[in-house]
Amino acid sequence: MNIHEYQAKNMFRDSGVPVLEGVHCKDVDEALSAYQKLGRGTVAVKSQIHAGGRGKGTLLCPDTGDVRMEGGVKIAFSEDEVEEYARNILGNVLVTKQTGPEGKMVRNLYVEAGCSIAHEYYLAMLVDRSANSLLVMASEQGGVDIEDVAENDPDAIHRIWSEGRNGFTHLQCSELGSALGLVGESCTSFSELVVNLGTLFVDSDCSMIEINPLVRTESGSMIALDAKVSFDDNALFRHPEWENIRDLSEEEEIEVRAKETGLSYVKLDGDIGCMVNGAGLAMATMDVIKLYGGEPSNFLDVGGGANEDQVTTAFSIILEDPNVKGILVNIFGGIMRCDIIANGIIAAVGKLGLSDPLVVRLAGTNVDEGKAILESSGLNIHPADSLAEGAEKIVNLIQEAA
Amino acid sequence: MSIWVNEDAKVLIQGITGRQGTFHGAKMVEYGTDIVGGVTPGKGGMTVSLHDRMVPVYDNMREAIEETMAEVSVIYVPPPYAGAAIKEAASAFQSVRGGGLVVCITEGIPILDMVDVVDAMASYPDVRLIGPNCPGIITPGSSGGSKIGIMPGHIHRKGRIGIVSKSGTLTYEAVAQTTGIGEGQSTCIGIGGDPVQGTGFIDCLEAFESDPQTEAIVLIGEIGGSAEEEAAEWISANGTKPVVGFVAGSTAPPGKRMGHAGAIISGGKGTAAEKISAFKSAGIYVADDPSVIGRVLADALIEAGLRDS
Repeated sequence: MNIHEYQAKNMFRDSGVPVLEGVHCKDVDEALSAYQKLGRGTVAVKSQIHAGGRGKGTLLCPDTGDVRMEGGVKIAFSEDEVEEYARNILGNVLVTKQTGPEGKMVRNLYVEAGCSIAHEYYLAMLVDRSANSLLVMASEQGGVDIEDVAENDPDAIHRIWSEGRNGFTHLQCSELGSALGLVGESCTSFSELVVNLGTLFVDSDCSMIEINPLVRTESGSMIALDAKVSFDDNALFRHPEWENIRDLSEEEEIEVRAKETGLSYVKLDGDIGCMVNGAGLAMATMDVIKLYGGEPSNFLDVGGGANEDQVTTAFSIILEDPNVKGILVNIFGGIMRCDIIANGIIAAVGKLGLSDPLVVRLAGTNVDEGKAILESSGLNIHPADSLAEGAEKIVNLIQEAA
Repeated sequence: MSIWVNEDAKVLIQGITGRQGTFHGAKMVEYGTDIVGGVTPGKGGMTVSLHDRMVPVYDNMREAIEETMAEVSVIYVPPPYAGAAIKEAASAFQSVRGGGLVVCITEGIPILDMVDVVDAMASYPDVRLIGPNCPGIITPGSSGGSKIGIMPGHIHRKGRIGIVSKSGTLTYEAVAQTTGIGEGQSTCIGIGGDPVQGTGFIDCLEAFESDPQTEAIVLIGEIGGSAEEEAAEWISANGTKPVVGFVAGSTAPPGKRMGHAGAIISGGKGTAAEKISAFKSAGIYVADDPSVIGRVLADALIEAGLRDS
């Protein structure tokens, strides 16, 4: 689960990670009073969406698609500029290289005080799966794409690891500060910041924190100028407070609905809907469709113990995508019984109607019962005995129908 | 022989009185697994009916191991308590028996809990953890065998192929195909799809390499992380048995989590293409399509002189 920059900065502030003063706004009037509150100096007017690359993004009018403004993060020097930027951001669609071409509607704005920057750094904290610890990656080259730094100048990225899930020591962080060329008060300020960030990471069950840029001001203090925080979804049971900061409008509505039903769904760009049990087999099914010249329209794992209702929901979610021209069901029944899947398919088709071709591959537990149920249903279902046969059939059926 | 679990292993179930524990407990007994007891704190002294046998419930793992001398535990405890259950089992096995095997089926354990668990496992050097978020481990026997987890027992057959995989149903696919070409399995292990886990590919490869029953290996990976690349490197340096590999997720888009917490391409790393190329340069026989795992395995066995064409 991701949160907005302004929410992440509230957490930073509460945890002793220095940030600038700022105000979260929902409309232009709020932005103007925020400007007042921040002392009418230089401010940053920042679009709040759950995607990076905002500064280099483009704002488009949602109705006409016309360009409203270049750049989703603007520096304003006057009230007029704050108003102009807020107007061009709120209610418009921000397209960045992380949002995809459809972009994201901006509903939230953050107006933040300015500061005089001496240097920009990069800092990220994450779980290092191979070292089984927390990892901090930091670089003197901040404010730029860290993937480019990793590619072109890997030695410019410095790393420290924690002992297990314990955070970081002041000494470790101070040494990291020195590696970044920080001295004196800046180095102390940096190590304080990283230690506090480590505590926040563990206490709040984060999966990643990224600060790009982390800045050293002219006066030598270290400040998180940006903040990106992701939580570990598995830890939701001990963080009821997440429900209050979750912004469902930032998540794919259909993916949220799938999750509520116990399905794991990811929308893709193709035209062949797939319904599979198990994440690995679901990925493999997409791969085989592609191998036979088709394009999957989704990843969908119905899980290990799906019932008829879940199968119906899975079908309705697949069919909501207007690009879908056919469906491939691939079930290897373990705990999941093929007869339950077969009944679910019949119920779903009965309820939703189906004009597109449907190929069903069943294997494993109660496969014969499942096949018999489908056969006697009288529905136009194309059976397949293997995944390859199923993929080939659905690709051919769609081509014939075209 | 087989690896880690013999056909007649004595097994405990943690969370035996829960819905999952009882359901899968019955399935395991039905397959032939020797379930000797279970643990649910506060329910010690009860008995639970699993298929055709009544098994005793204990309050904690130490007591359960002392009473039954079990060597394996399988965990169906819900995510908030699963980390503690793993540590309890590991500590009890180490101190009572000097070792054991802990198989954690539970899906959805917070990653920092697992960091803590894996850290703690260093204090129990003779205890192995498989999982979490995995289908478990099975050693098919001449009749019955030991099924420890949630996999469908009936597709397995005793044989000479070792199978290791991150994915559950994709493992079943591979099992069914090895059985389909007339081969059987020595041991099949699902290591799970979480980013932080106990046993990894290399542990399994080492064990299969030194197991005389295992003559060839099927290795099934997926996008995310670098475990497949590391496995390929290990095989290239140490492997003597033919290995067939498959990697799921060639078509997965970057930045999207594909069901498993670990299955995500991030920062351009962990793609299927990288993993497949690492497999190929390590001499692994790569199946481009999971439907051909059986055929590729047959070819690999023939090429190694282990099967007539």
